[in-house]
This record gives sequence, structure tokens and C-alpha cells, in this order.
Amino acid sequence: MTAALEKLRKVALRLLQAVPTVFGILVVCFLLTRALPGDPAAYFAGDMADAESIEEVRRTMGLDQSLPMQFVSYLKDLAQGNLGMAISTGQPVTAELANRLPASLELTLGALVLSFLIAVPLGVLAATRPNTWIDHLCRFLVTAGVSLPTFFTGLALMYVFYYLLDWAPAPMGRLDLMFLPPEPITGFLTIDAIIAGDWEVLRAALAQLALPTITLALFTLAPIARMTRAAMLQAIASEFVRTARAAGLSGRRVLVTYAFRNALLPVVTTLGMVFSFVLGANVLVEKVFAWPGIGSFAVEALVVSDYAAVQGFVLSMALLFVALNLLIDVIYTLIDPRVGEEA
Amino acid sequence: MTSLTTTVSNTEIAPRSSLWRHLRHVVSENPVTGVAFLLFAMFVVLAVFGPYLVPFDPLQTDTGPALQSPSAAHWFGTDHLGRDVFSRVVVATRLDLLISVSAVAISFVLGSVMGCFAGYFGGWTDRITGRLVDTIMAFPLFVLAMGIVAAAGNTVENIVYATAIINLPFYARMARAEVSIRRNAGYVQAARLAGNSELRVLFGHIFPNTLPPMMVQISLNMGWAILNAAGLSFIGLGVQPPAPEWGIMVAEGANFIISGEWWLVIFPGLALMLAVFTFNLIGDGLRDLVDPQRRT
Amino acid sequence: MNRRNFLKGATSLTVGASLLPLFKSLPAAAANNETAVVVIGGTINSLDIHRSGTNRDSYQVAINCYDRLVSFGTKQMPDGSLSYDYDNVQPELAESWEISEDGTEMLFTIKEGATFWDGKPVTAHDVKWSLDRAVSLGGFPTVQMKAGRLVSPDQFQVVDDRTFRITLPFASKLALPDLATPIPIVINSEVAKAHATPDDPWATEYLHRNPAGSGAYKVARWDAGQQLVYERNDNWSGGRVPGFQRVILREVPAQSTRRALIERGSVHASVNIPNKDAKELASKPGVKVVSTPIENCIYSLCTNVDFEPFKDKRVRQAIAWAIPYQKIFEQAAYEQGIPMWGGTSTVDNIQWPQKSPYNQNIEKARALMAEAGYADGFEVPLSFNLSHADWAEPAALQIQQGLAEIGIRTTIEKIPGANWRTIALVEKKLPLHLENFGGWLNTPDYYFFWAYIKGNLFNSYNYDNPEMAKLVEDTLDMAVDHPDYAPNVTRMIELAFDEIPRIPLWQPTLNVAFNDKVEGYEYWFHRQMDIRALKPV
Repeated sequence: MTAALEKLRKVALRLLQAVPTVFGILVVCFLLTRALPGDPAAYFAGDMADAESIEEVRRTMGLDQSLPMQFVSYLKDLAQGNLGMAISTGQPVTAELANRLPASLELTLGALVLSFLIAVPLGVLAATRPNTWIDHLCRFLVTAGVSLPTFFTGLALMYVFYYLLDWAPAPMGRLDLMFLPPEPITGFLTIDAIIAGDWEVLRAALAQLALPTITLALFTLAPIARMTRAAMLQAIASEFVRTARAAGLSGRRVLVTYAFRNALLPVVTTLGMVFSFVLGANVLVEKVFAWPGIGSFAVEALVVSDYAAVQGFVLSMALLFVALNLLIDVIYTLIDPRVGEEA
Repeated sequence: MTSLTTTVSNTEIAPRSSLWRHLRHVVSENPVTGVAFLLFAMFVVLAVFGPYLVPFDPLQTDTGPALQSPSAAHWFGTDHLGRDVFSRVVVATRLDLLISVSAVAISFVLGSVMGCFAGYFGGWTDRITGRLVDTIMAFPLFVLAMGIVAAAGNTVENIVYATAIINLPFYARMARAEVSIRRNAGYVQAARLAGNSELRVLFGHIFPNTLPPMMVQISLNMGWAILNAAGLSFIGLGVQPPAPEWGIMVAEGANFIISGEWWLVIFPGLALMLAVFTFNLIGDGLRDLVDPQRRT
Repeated sequence: MNRRNFLKGATSLTVGASLLPLFKSLPAAAANNETAVVVIGGTINSLDIHRSGTNRDSYQVAINCYDRLVSFGTKQMPDGSLSYDYDNVQPELAESWEISEDGTEMLFTIKEGATFWDGKPVTAHDVKWSLDRAVSLGGFPTVQMKAGRLVSPDQFQVVDDRTFRITLPFASKLALPDLATPIPIVINSEVAKAHATPDDPWATEYLHRNPAGSGAYKVARWDAGQQLVYERNDNWSGGRVPGFQRVILREVPAQSTRRALIERGSVHASVNIPNKDAKELASKPGVKVVSTPIENCIYSLCTNVDFEPFKDKRVRQAIAWAIPYQKIFEQAAYEQGIPMWGGTSTVDNIQWPQKSPYNQNIEKARALMAEAGYADGFEVPLSFNLSHADWAEPAALQIQQGLAEIGIRTTIEKIPGANWRTIALVEKKLPLHLENFGGWLNTPDYYFFWAYIKGNLFNSYNYDNPEMAKLVEDTLDMAVDHPDYAPNVTRMIELAFDEIPRIPLWQPTLNVAFNDKVEGYEYWFHRQMDIRALKPV
């Protein structure tokens, strides 16, 4: 009972700790967008606009007020869940985010899962045979993956698998024109298709996902594989594994039950960092594959100094991160019995 | 007095001869690291002497017909302005290393000072640093770099600053962790008792011991800094033309993949990959070198 | 293929999309020749061209979904492709019009049986409300209306349901063509008024998402940032029934991806492709490229006369003599377009754009520099808009090398799109920069008005010459058959070439690539895809 309460208290504390961070993010983001060069009012008034209409746009955008006033009204709107209007796409930012976040998350999570499925066995393989050619090969492969700019990998994959071989579908977003999206429940096309039982659409969505996911996964193999290898090495060298071996348990069983379970802990913590990594890389990959995610949205908005859009994007990212780190903490608590007991 | 501290810290920093032996051991056990060090040496040579070695001026247009595939005259072909790709790739080494080295140097110095203070003094220093670092970390790092460069203008200096800022948290966190576990170590207390000032204890006795793990981070970040600059170039926020830089060459060359002019992207891409690769492998190698578990 | 729950799915999925019940089966159609897929690099950010913040790519909604009173006819270009015809104004919603003797009154009769999508007849009241809206909202629509001397609601008068009168303060040759631009669209005023609020009397919020027109296509679906689906209006009275039942406009930001798509035949058309692709795709099987010179548009190098050395005409001329035009044309334009250099030394016609008398001649350039006292040259930044990098960057690099030969040392600066307008066009403080102005209304004096009059937007180089100002003022509204017209324009061109603040490089083309399943494309001055003309082969 008390242990559970203790855990709950910790979670609450973590949440509280996130508050100044979120506020810091709001401030940084607000200042950063205001520091963007150029005059968004002039830009959005259009090429032919006269001074008067530019002023008009400035007023509608609220840019005629002082910076602190703008910040206060921004916070007020925020409190009502109003993130403003993205002028570059002409939609409310909340609607844009609601529409695009699932697309980005589907891609990011897909890449993480794929990467996890490849990198963890590679890491374990390398750790069980340290300093053999297998180890070196694993290291070589994953390092090569992280050494290439993602937009380059993406274009190269597209060139080979779409342009030359025609195995992949046309890189035009999340679903081929031939199909209609399933009824959105989660916003993840794949999951929605499964819920709707529409296997054709599922296959089409997966086909569209394949190349961008592989591009991103290649990029994230290295940190996961490295961490798995290091953690496994440590676990294998540890006393409890030695004890288990000495107790006559089979090598495989020791590896899986004892070493691997313990090695997973640090791997899970790295995932947070990797996630940040992938979201950054997402921006570039989305551009290459015309993926309607928040990354491409943010780049466009940034280039035209669309304040509301950039702010909304960064805020949602930050909240996502806080949530993710919290989640990782919780998972950590779940797989590591020691965490709850420490002071 | 100093002799006392030296003997204590010997337990942390291995004597030079044994370090060297260990290095040889690591390299012999892991030939890849040896290769990485060789490659690194090559990059340094190219960065220093590159402009004197190349057959053409990297900025000169019309050294031959535009968009010519690799030939004896132009080993890596020519680009859309008839510039020699080989010369550009080689000369770019200097700018790329410059960007990554200076970015990493700035973030290393600032980050470790911040982290050292936070770890050593704790309290408010720690809390403020912690929140600052959390705030930076809460942004997807590439997006933050993008924002900074977009706001400040895309010059080489701003790319360096942006890269430095997004790398800062890694050093700050690592320095803080390394310092706080050593804060009350025996040799530190001894140094304090010997009358050294707090700052002297911190930077003279504790900080040097945090360097080995930091080295790993540095070499990994060097590669990452190059990739970061390349990504910025791809969305148009990179180095200004016509300066040769791998990232912008790959970014520009990427537009030529579909039309079949592969040499424009492959060669700078390979150079970039090789450089990042080298830094990553060195990072791995250094990790082996400083990992106490491997030293037994 | 049976896509059972399309309507259900679409309604909940599309945020901010206007959905018409007509649109039932997207998938089946994609396979046959009833549907065309068009890719663009930009994004549609509004369905209302009058709204402030509406970007260039969105203008096509005004073109395809709305009608104007008048439109332009079609002509065949020398290469066999089709273009709109500036000299041939045709009916769209108006069946006929009369212009009074003194040219200050235009009386339009609206077509019998012209209806909006909801079946309501188009009346003069709708026209009045729509034109009032265009001159009242401010911003781009108001500026464009002003070009045709349409500035106030008082000028628009409903005579009866089918008759509409426009009064001009003075006769102007620009008034009628201006009514054929995308701006003076006719909106269903009853629908719009039903959604107007005291804060928003012109229903900008509603029309932003929900077009209410009488045009050839309706918007079946708009997923902002992804796609726009047009659905044909079979009751269209504005012209020939369009060839495609449905047109899907997809936004694909990466240029390489767009090229791969058209080359692989996955899409019917790719709009505004780069010159290099235009040149290369033209020889690929299964792809057609139509490159049309953009009227009244010149890619130019501009020398800001506020910058000390450029105050001297001889320095500007020296620069014009130092540019490697041919190389720029080869490497930046990939020879798509019309050279604008190496013309005769005297102006003998009023065709515009026309070749300048300059060519690369380093000796002459050096002599002029020495004469002006700049034998050792000077340093100057050379700027261009990042969004135009595909042509501006190679051009800038060649110019850099040409100028280096006469001692002018340049550093290249790419300026992001959002800053470009402010720095280059409003503050006018870039000493040396590349510019791409083109006028919608196709007369030379209109070009000179925007680019050579002090204070006007596209005079980004602060050129100021009283003689030029007087000439433009006299000529702008003058009919082209007026006896003074040709001499005036000739003099303007002479001045522009002699004083050369804006050095012409080449006249660009608008390049559009098609697969072999579509034909009928027509070039328009607004450079947007007019999908009404497209039809399956």
C-alpha cells in the first residue's frame, strides 16, 4: 500500500517538476518566434499589398501590441485551448496538430519499433560474442546507418525502390489515391484499418509507411544497438549472472531471463533520447516523402514566420516529451523493483 | 601537499605508460578503432592541406562541361555549374571540421562548466541549470537548431552556435553526474583539507577525472554536428553558396538523384558518411579505452 | 471496388473541408480517365482569394471554382501549345457588354440561366456584392482592383437583375482586362450573407473554407496541407464543359519526388517544374512538357541606386557589360526561355519584354569602371530569394565570376522567403539582387509602372527619373492605338536600357509536365493550373 502511494507521490512530483520546464519552453518558443526575421504581416498581406493592408493584417494577427502584451494574450488563449490560426495553411493550429500529429507519431513509433526489433537482437548478438567479427560487423552496420543524413537515405531508397524497381508505392503521403482512409478512431491509419477490418487499406497504409519508416529506423539503430550491447556486457559480467551460471542454469536461460531483462532497463531509458532524435529527423523525412506530419508543417511555418503554427508545434512537442519521459519513468518503475524502494 | 592528491587520483587516471599499453591493447583487439584513427588523421591532413592538393579551384565554374560524369580529368565529375566535384569535396573538409570542432568545443566548455557547478555546489545552481537543460532537451533538437538559425540568420557562426546550444545539455548532464559522484571522494576531501579553494578543487582535481567519459561524447557529437549542418542545408538554412560544404553539396545533389546525376550526391555523401563514421568509431573506441570494466 | 462507408469516413476525417454530397467514389475513379491527378509543390491555404494571407497557389480555386464577368480567349503559340489571349476578352458570366463612347461606363448583361452551384440564378446583386467585397477588404484584392481603376463600391451599380454597370473615373485600357483576372470573382451573395457576422460582414471565415460560386468545378474535399479534390459542375454556364469529372490536386513538397511521380506516370500533371527537369523530361517517353514564356516577366539583376557606386550610370552599364549572359542562360535557365540580351543598339519596336543592347564585353565594362573612377572595383553583397534558388543561385554564381573580372567583389546572400519582401521590396535596401517581377496585365507601361516608378513595390532599386514618371503617368491608361502610345513606350524602353538600373537576363518560362493521358493545357498569366481546359486523351 505505502509502496504504491510512494510511487504515486513520485509521479506527482515528476509532473510538478515538468511545470517550470513547460513554462520555460513557452517563453523560449515565444521569444524565438518573435526573433524570426522578416515581417509576417507583410508576408501574409501578399506581394501586392499596400502599407494600409499590411497594418490591417498586423492588427488581426495581434502584432501591433507590445511583446509582453502579446505573451499575455498568448497565455490567455492557451488557457482556453486556443492555439491560434496557422496562416500558412489557413487552419486553426489545434486542428492542424490533431490532424498531423497521428501521422508523425505513426511514422516515429513505427520506426522505433522496427529499429528496436532489429537493434536489440544485434546488440545482444554483439554482446555475446564481443570482439569477434560478428561484433565488429554489427558495429560497422549500425554506425553506417547513423552516419548518413536521413534525407539522403530517404531519397536513395525512393530512387531504388520506387523509381527503379517500382516495388514501393508512389511517395505521396499516407495512403495511395486508390484507397479511402478508414474511419478515424486513433488517427493511426494502420490501427484504424485493423479496427475497421479493412485489410486492403491496412496493406496500402503499410506500403506507404515502409520506406520512410526504414529510413528513420536505419538512423536509430545505432544508439539502441550500442546501448543494448553495453548493457548486456555489463549484465553478463555481473554477479547475479555468474551466480546463475554457477547454479547450473542453461546458458540460454541465463541470457534471456537474467541478463537480458536487466539489460533492457538502460535501453528503455535511451528510448527517450532516441525519440527526440527521430522527431528531429522526421522533419527531413516527411519533406522527402510528402508525409503530412507535424514536422513538415513546422518547417513550412518556420520559413514564413508563422508564429502561431511554430508555437503550437513546439508546445505540443514539449508536452509530448514530458509525457514520454513520465511514461519511461513509469515503465522503469515497473521493470525495476528497486526503484520504488530507494529514497 | 600536491603529492598527496596525485597519489590519490592515480587510482582514477592511469599512468601514461599503462594508458598507452591499454590503447595498443584496444587497437589490437579492435582493428576497426585503429582504422578510425587512421581515417581521422587523413581528414586532418585534408583539412590542413586540402586546398593545396586539389587540381581545381573549388569555386571556379566551367572547369569542364557541366554535369559530366566522373572521368580522368574530373575524378568525381562536374556539377551543374561545371565545378570540379573532387576539388570541392576535398576542400570542404576544412569547413566541415571547423563547424563541428568549434560547435563541439563551445558546448563542451560551456556545458561542462555549467554541469560542474551544478554537480559540485548543488542547491539553486543545480536547480536552475537543471531546468535550463530540461528546457533545451524538451525540444526536438534538430527543430531547435532550425529555429535558432532561422531567427539569427544562416551564417556559419550561427550554425555553429545553434549546434553548440543543442549539444550543451549532454555535457552539462554528464559533467554534473560525474562531478556529483566525486564530490565527496577521498582525494577531493584531502585536497580541500590541504587548503585548496573550492574552485581549485573543482577544476584542478575533480574535473580532469570527468574528461575520459566526456571524450566519448565529444567524438560522437562531432559526427552529429556535421549531420546537423547537412540537415540545415537541406531545408535551405545551411552554409551560403558557393562555399564548398558536404551537407549543402549533398542537399543540392539530392535534387539530381532522380535525374541520374548520381556523382553529385554520392561523393560528398560518402565523404560526409566517412567523417561521421570515423568520429563514431573513435567514440566507440574511446569508450572501450576509458571503460573501467574493460581495463581489467 | 466497394468503398462502403466513404461519406462517414470523409466527414469525420477532413478537418475544415467542405464536403459536397456529390462526391461518392474516389477510388474507382482514380483508375479510369474521369479523374486527373495534379501535383504541386506549394500548398493551398485558403479557398477565398480575397482573404488576407491567401497565398499564390490558392488563386487557382478562384479560377476553377468561380466565374468572372469576362475571361480571355485562347490563342495558339508558335510551338503549337495553347495560351490565353490578352487581346481577346470573352464572356464568362456576362453574355455581352457595352462600353460608352468616352470609355467611362461599362454595361454588362448577365447570361440567362447562369446559376450558382445551389441552383440560385446569378444576378447583378451578386456581382455588386462580390466586387464591393474585393475593393473593400484591403490587401491584394483591393490593390489588383485598383490597377483596373476600380476603387470604390460607388462605381458598381445594379441596373436590374441581369444588368450591371461599372463607372470609371476616366477611361482606361486596363479596366476590362482587370475584370478577367482571378480577383473580381462572383460569389453567391445570399449564401455568403447568411454566414456573415457583424465582425465579419464579408463572410471571410465562411468563404475561406466553403466556396460559394458558379464555376466549372466545386471543391469536393479539402485536406489542408495535403490535397484538394475538385468535382465538376455539370451545370456550368461559363464555357465548354471541362474534360475531367474530378481533379485531385496533391501537394508534394520535395521537387525530386514530384519529378519521380510524373516520370513514373503516377500522376497526370506536375505544375511549375524547374528548368532542368523541363529540358530533360521533354525527351522522356510518356511525358510531355509545355514551356510557355511568361508574359511581361523578366528575370533581372537589379542595382540599387542608393548604393554609392551604383549612383553612377556608368557603373550600372559596366555591370550590364560584364555579365556572362549565355552561361547563365545555359546553367540557370537550361535554355528554357527567351534571351534578353544582345539586342540592337536602338529601340525599333514596342514589344515587351525585348532584348537589351548589352552583351558580355569585359573590355568595355572595364573602361566604364575606370571612367567612373572605380578601376579598382568595390565590394558588394549579391542577394537572392531563397525560394528562387533553383535559378537564382546558379545565376548569382555566374554573375559573381563575371563581376570579379571588373574588380567587383561580391558575397552571395540567400534571403529566406519571409524576409525577402520586407528587405528587398518594402525597405528596398539590397544593393545588388536578383528579381523576377512579372505583370499580370500585359502591357509594357504596366510593367514600367510597377518597376520604374519611385516608391512602387517592384522598383526595389529606388530608381527615380522624372521623365520616366511622366511617360508612365501619361501612358498607363492610354489606349494602345493612341498615336502617342508607341513613341511613349519606345522612350520608356530607351530610358530603361540606357540607365539600366534593372539588367534583364532572360524571360523565363512556365513549365508544366503531363503524362500522355491528358491534353488541352492552356497557359495563363496567373501561372496557376486552369483545370477547366484539361481533358483526357
